[in-house]
Amino acid sequence: MIEGARWRRWVFFNIPLLLFIVALLFPFYWMIVTSVRPDKELYRPWNAANYTPFWTLNPTLEHIRELLTETLFSTWMMNTMLIATASTLISLFCGLLAGYALSRLKFPFAGSIGTGIFITYLVPQTLLFIPLADVIRNFHLGDSPWALILTYPTFLIPFCTWLMMGYFKSIPKELEECARIDGATRWKAMVYIIFPIAVPGILSAGIFAFTLSWNEFIYALVFLSSPEQKTVPVGVTSELVRGDVFYWGQLMAGALLGSIPVAFVYSFFVEHYVSGITGSVKG
Amino acid sequence: MATAGAATPRPYVATPRRGPITRLLEDERWLASALLLPTIVLLGLFIAYPFVKGVLLAVTDTKVGIPGKFVGFDNFEKLWHDNIFHVAVYNTFLYTAVTTVFKLALGLWLALLLNRHFRGKAMVRAFILLPFIIPTVLSTFAWKWMFDPTFSVLNWILYQANIITGRVNWLGDPDLAIISVMVVNIWRGVPFFAITLLAGLQTISPELHEAAAIDGARAWNRFRHVTWPLLLPVTMVVVLFSVIQTFADFQLVYVLTGGGPANATHLFATYAYQIGVGTGLLSEGAAVSLAIFPVLLLVVIIQLLYIRRVETV
Repeated sequence: MIEGARWRRWVFFNIPLLLFIVALLFPFYWMIVTSVRPDKELYRPWNAANYTPFWTLNPTLEHIRELLTETLFSTWMMNTMLIATASTLISLFCGLLAGYALSRLKFPFAGSIGTGIFITYLVPQTLLFIPLADVIRNFHLGDSPWALILTYPTFLIPFCTWLMMGYFKSIPKELEECARIDGATRWKAMVYIIFPIAVPGILSAGIFAFTLSWNEFIYALVFLSSPEQKTVPVGVTSELVRGDVFYWGQLMAGALLGSIPVAFVYSFFVEHYVSGITGSVKG
Repeated sequence: MATAGAATPRPYVATPRRGPITRLLEDERWLASALLLPTIVLLGLFIAYPFVKGVLLAVTDTKVGIPGKFVGFDNFEKLWHDNIFHVAVYNTFLYTAVTTVFKLALGLWLALLLNRHFRGKAMVRAFILLPFIIPTVLSTFAWKWMFDPTFSVLNWILYQANIITGRVNWLGDPDLAIISVMVVNIWRGVPFFAITLLAGLQTISPELHEAAAIDGARAWNRFRHVTWPLLLPVTMVVVLFSVIQTFADFQLVYVLTGGGPANATHLFATYAYQIGVGTGLLSEGAAVSLAIFPVLLLVVIIQLLYIRRVETV
C-alpha cells in the first residue's frame, strides 16, 4: 500500500525491488558470461582499456568442451545424482514413517523422541565431521558413495520428519477412523488412505532434501578422497584448481552445469519448494 | 472382545484371516516402534555415536594413524592459549552477528516488497530464491572470481563510478576479506529470510491493516504495531535457524579465503578442518568443533522453550 504520487511508487517500490533482483542474480549472470568467454578476453585486467565486462563478442564453448572431455566432471555429476537420489529416497522413507508415528500415534516417550529428532535437525554437519570420519573408516565405508548415502540422511531425516509431521497434522483424523470402521487395519489405513493424501508434502520434502544433498560439501570433502568418487561441489573445488592456478573458464562452466540439475528440479516444483522452506521453519 | 491383553475393545481386531504381524501392528506402541526404527538406527549410528566419539576424542591426544591416550582437558587448555583460535572465536561471533542483522533487515524489506501485487510476481519470487538453491560452493566460486584482484568486475564497476582510484584486493586484506565473506553470506541468506518472512506476512489478514488505516495509522505505524508483532514468531524461528547455520558455516570461508590471509578469517569449522584434517591432529580438531556445541545448545534451548510457549498459548 503505497499511496500518492507516481514518484513514490518508484522510490519505495520499483527501484528497491530492481536493485534486489540485480544484486541477487548478478553472480549467476557473471557465471554464464565467464563460461562462454574465450581465455584471451578472460584474463584481461579490469583496468585495461578494452575490458568489456558484461558481454563478449566471441562466445566459445571451449571451456565446456574441455570440462566434459578432459576432466572427470561427468563422473562427478553421475556420483552426485546417485548419492542425492539415494539419500533422498532413504530420508523420505524414514521421515514419512517417523512423521506419521510422531503425529498420529500415542506411545511412551513420544514427546522425548520427537524432541530428540528436532534437536538432531539443528545439529550442523561441521560439529561432527571429524569423529564421523572415524566412524566411516571403522565401518569400511570410506571413499565410497555409501559414506554419503548413509550420512546425508542424518540431516535430511529430521527435516523430512518435521515437515511430514506438520503435514499429517493438517489431515483430519476422521479419514483414518472411517477406514478403520470399514475394516482396514492401522497399517492399511496409513498406507492406502493417509500416504496418498500426503503426496504434496512428500514432494516438498523430497525436492528440498534433493537440493540439500546436492549442496552438501563438508562430508563429501572429508569422506571421499579419490577423484573419480567425488561429488560436483568437491570435484570442482579440488580438481579444477591445479596448484595455485584457477582455470576460471572451466570453473565457471562447472559451476553452471553443476547447478543445472538443482535449478531444473526447482523450476518444475517452485511452489512445492517454497512450501518446503516455509514448512522447515514452522513451529 | 475377549482377546487377551487387548487394552481397549476393538471390533475388527480378531478377524481370523490376519497374521501375527498384522495383529502386532494393530497395537499403537508396536506400530510406532516399527515406524521409528529406521530413523532411530540411522540417527543413532551417525549422529549420537559420532557425538559421543567426538567428546571422547577431544580428551585424548589422537592423531591420524596414532591411537591416543587420555589427556583430560589439555586440548581445550591449548586452545585457550591459541591465538588463531581467539581470532576464530572473534570472527565467528562477529560474522554471525553482522550477517544475521543484515539478512533480517534486507530479508524483511524484500518480503515487504514481494507482499504487494505486481505483474510477474511469481516469476520474481522464483528467481530471487536462486542464490539459496544453487549449491553454495558453486555460487561462491562465482563470487571468488568477482573478487579476483586483477580481473575483478567489482573493481571495474567501482572505478567507473569513481568510488575507487586503484585496485582493491578484496580477499587479500584481512579486514576486507572477512567483510567480503560476510557479503557473500548475506547475499545467500537474504532470499531464505525473504521467502519465509513473506509466508509469515501472507498469514496476516489485510483487514487488520485496513482497520488500522481507517483509524489513521500511517505506513510506519501500521508496520510497527500491526505487522511486526504478528510476524515476530516466524522471525524468531528463522533467525535461530540462520544463527546456527551461520555459526557453523564452513563452505564460504573454505572457498573464498581458506582461512587466510595469515589465518585472519578462520571460523570454528574451517579452523577445525585445518587442524583435524589438514594437519591430522584429530583430537584437537574435534575439540575445536565441539566449541560450536555450547552455542548450539543455547539456541536449541531457546527454540524448545519458545516452541513450547507457542504451543501452550
